[in-house]
Amino acid sequence: MGKPTRVTNQIRALRFAANEMTQAELADRLGVTRQTVIAVEQGKYSPTLEMAFQIARVFGVPLDDVFGYPEGDPS
Amino acid sequence: MPFEEKMTWVSGLAMIVVAIVYFAIMVGRLQSASAADIAYQVPLIVAMVASVVLIVIGAIIMAVGTSVSATIRGRKPEDEIERKDERDKTIRRHGDLVGYYVASAGMVGVLILTMLEADYFWIANALYLSFVVAMAVSTVVKLVAYHRGF
Repeated sequence: MGKPTRVTNQIRALRFAANEMTQAELADRLGVTRQTVIAVEQGKYSPTLEMAFQIARVFGVPLDDVFGYPEGDPS
Repeated sequence: MPFEEKMTWVSGLAMIVVAIVYFAIMVGRLQSASAADIAYQVPLIVAMVASVVLIVIGAIIMAVGTSVSATIRGRKPEDEIERKDERDKTIRRHGDLVGYYVASAGMVGVLILTMLEADYFWIANALYLSFVVAMAVSTVVKLVAYHRGF
């Protein structure tokens, strides 16, 4: 399997801040399965750039507020 | 569980169960006859048709079950069944690619059997085995990807 992603995200916190939006609601807004939202939230799947922008748009925040990438050597 | 994952289970299990039954029958026949004398053609065709029929039946059962489950949970059944996203597609592509490599390796074995002028029985069964093993490996890779992350 591919190596774990180093991309971090704040989706859980953003959901909570957005009137405790459920994973199912977010999945419906994005048009993806709930399992994909769970996988992204848990860092088990790195979404495409397009989906990343869609997630940011759902919460009305910039991409950087949703996803982060640690400093340092990416290897 | 995404509907795509359910279908991965259905197709993988159908192929593997049918193949196990088929090869068990062939091994049994090899005990009492030489490979050249075994009429493998009809059982092989039946096995392939049975796989397809089982997959279709499994898909129908999964679709009905998912619809009922979605309705009970107050969700639209079509959302549960028809929704296939980028992760599903990525996992499917990855599993299919690994299956392709396995099938390709199997084809080399079939090619060698052909060059050695082995009985048609061995060539046909090696082809079917390659196909089944490729499908099984592809299924496992997809299911692992669904559970461990991708």
